[in-house]
Amino acid sequence: MEDLKGTGNSGEEQESEDNNGKYLNPTPILDELVDGKWPSFIKGFKDFGERTEKPMVRGVLDQLEYSYKTKMGYWKGGLVTVKGYGAGIITRFSMIKDKFPEAKEFHTFRVQPAPGLHYNTKMLREVCDIWEKHGSGLITMHGQTGNLQLQGIEQDKTQECFDELNQAGWDLGGAGATVRTAASCVGPARCEQACFDNLKVHEKVLKYYAGMTHRPEFNYKLKFKFSACPNDCANAIMRADVALIGTWRDSIQIEQEYVKEWMDEYGEDALFDQVVNMCPTKAISHKIGTSTIEIDNKNCVRCMHCINVIPKALSPGKERGASLLMGGKNTLKVGVNLGSMMIPFMKLDTDEEVEEFIELMDEIFDWWDENGLDHERVGETIERVGMKQFLEAVGIEANIDMIVRPRDNPYYKKHYDSAV
Amino acid sequence: MNAPSERTWKTVESGPHTLEGALHPVVVKNYGKWKYHKLIKPGVMVHYGHSGDALYTVRAGTPRQNTVDLIRQICDLADQYADGFMRFTIRNSVEFMFSEESRIDPLINDLEEIGLPVGGIANCVAPIAHTQGWLHCDIPATDASGVAKGIMDNLYAEFKTLEMPNKVRLSTSCCSINCGGQADVAIIVKHTRPPRIDHAKLSTLCELPKAVARCPVAAIRPTIVNNKRSLMVDEEKCIVCGACFGACPSMEINHPEHSQFAIWVGGKNSNARSKPQSMSLVAEGIPNNPPHWPEVNDVVGRILKAYKAGGKPWERMNEWIDRIGWKRFFEESELTFEIDMIDSYRHARTTFNQSAHVRF
Repeated sequence: MEDLKGTGNSGEEQESEDNNGKYLNPTPILDELVDGKWPSFIKGFKDFGERTEKPMVRGVLDQLEYSYKTKMGYWKGGLVTVKGYGAGIITRFSMIKDKFPEAKEFHTFRVQPAPGLHYNTKMLREVCDIWEKHGSGLITMHGQTGNLQLQGIEQDKTQECFDELNQAGWDLGGAGATVRTAASCVGPARCEQACFDNLKVHEKVLKYYAGMTHRPEFNYKLKFKFSACPNDCANAIMRADVALIGTWRDSIQIEQEYVKEWMDEYGEDALFDQVVNMCPTKAISHKIGTSTIEIDNKNCVRCMHCINVIPKALSPGKERGASLLMGGKNTLKVGVNLGSMMIPFMKLDTDEEVEEFIELMDEIFDWWDENGLDHERVGETIERVGMKQFLEAVGIEANIDMIVRPRDNPYYKKHYDSAV
Repeated sequence: MNAPSERTWKTVESGPHTLEGALHPVVVKNYGKWKYHKLIKPGVMVHYGHSGDALYTVRAGTPRQNTVDLIRQICDLADQYADGFMRFTIRNSVEFMFSEESRIDPLINDLEEIGLPVGGIANCVAPIAHTQGWLHCDIPATDASGVAKGIMDNLYAEFKTLEMPNKVRLSTSCCSINCGGQADVAIIVKHTRPPRIDHAKLSTLCELPKAVARCPVAAIRPTIVNNKRSLMVDEEKCIVCGACFGACPSMEINHPEHSQFAIWVGGKNSNARSKPQSMSLVAEGIPNNPPHWPEVNDVVGRILKAYKAGGKPWERMNEWIDRIGWKRFFEESELTFEIDMIDSYRHARTTFNQSAHVRF
């Protein structure tokens, strides 16, 4: 086998006797990513490395340059954690530490931000100060699951760093077979289309599951995402095992004077092309020569399109809540699975209603614990064991919104009493 | 590590940071009581509350892989222009919100001054959702941050102008697990050879049953090599997914030449108009060619050029393709349909054309 991860050429990249007084070693390949109009992470890292003279930053840049040269990665996992937790720090040891000793350890804190990724500068500056003191000073905002990621700390500094972050109100996120850090769209904080207070529900649900976020006890990861309307700006349907997506049960609110205002600006053809004809269920009608529209709300599927086009004139209805979809996940291993409808409408306004949702989740987690296989996401378990078995076990009532059509094969059997 | 006796702090398992204190006062006042919004210009929008309040938002792209120095610079601007508040989007942009219209242009100016471009709202190319890559991941075949930087350098003008039919979401991922996610155009590593097994180390580094169970097509079996317990792969069955490598580092799937790129299109998370949809493979065998990945850029550029020219207002990538058909998509994008683009996995027959509908 080719020795792709060999440790040959030791020292070639590591040391340079004359480096024009620079702290960092030359990284000619990475330097090609300094220019160009889009903000360069390499420029940021290098400027920061020169200012702080942190050996870890120098070592990591050296190893990254080597990855660009050899087109291979050189990190391996492990188990670094803080007292009492079994998750939250992504462990990274260099596989070629003899070559790049300064990159020997590069562990990452996954930190749970506030729902909707809202910050004030005081709290963020505090994170920066703690992180520069104990860690590398490199931060990813944000990881794909929604974590504030503090990248690069040595094992013997993790506890002290965590304690300071924790005192400042921060806690670690999930990793491995835990409830993972959740994500939410901007929600009612700045969006008129929000159909439930996803930020409040996010905070309450994830605080309830904090223990299960820190200790891997599941078959595999479990992600919550909260989008306040069907535009799904948190990508819940695709990325979350449990997706709450805001919706409404009554009619779209129309203010015809603003429909007219829109028509006056864009014209009647545009109303047909961009609104009437783009409705997926042909639920919008407009009579030529008028300046109003009518919506057949019985046939509206709450897709959001018309509301997106004319937000001043159209708004979600007044009876608002959320749909629960489950099973969203990406490729590994059975292929992409979009979340599918479980409960078309839930109210989530009061604490009691949110607690009821949490009780249902507890029930579902128990079922998944008993029925799931190692490394199997909950949607995969539901598909393998059977939707009917799942629904009966957790007490969700079968409803026609769960399907696009009834089954087209006769291969099922009713419960029967073999004694009769 | 500190000895337990030295430690005085007792962990508070607080979960997510509280929202309290993280919201701008105008946001707090109008929370859940917004009326409508409109786009003012690229990267700038205004939300009006039922109260009559106006809240301006300026959105800027970031490198995602930041340093505390850049975050402090962003905080300086938030203090100066947005009363000490900001938020981030899931595509790594930073947003500043405030009520004074006069602050918009000076803020844009100062953002551009520190290298953060303003744009990315509505019908334009939004920043790339991407993974960690060589910088941090333990199983990457490429560096997603570098690929993303290269692509956004090329698409910079499309980020700052409003010329696309609808929003364009991109993602990059450094292995087939695709943590970058579903997108209008996704750039994802595609392995082309089965894993290479290091029999000497495997039994010491890997839990054998876990690695066996990880394979979606049951291609991994226990074996003995040189008197050591190890694993073997039925290369006929293997679908080169790389799932085993995540469980067992001795089953190396990455390769500098054989791990390549594939391009996927038509992923959509939103429910607007069409239902959410997963992506389809439209280009493969693209070399992993750092630091600029020109071949990747070429394909992405062709696809976006065709979509920009052919899409109708509000049509997302998948909706444009649904309207014109896949045959014409390949023609317009100057791509070649190949036999491996016909699905052969679990839900393959749901992708076959079970009709006599053909465009000639």
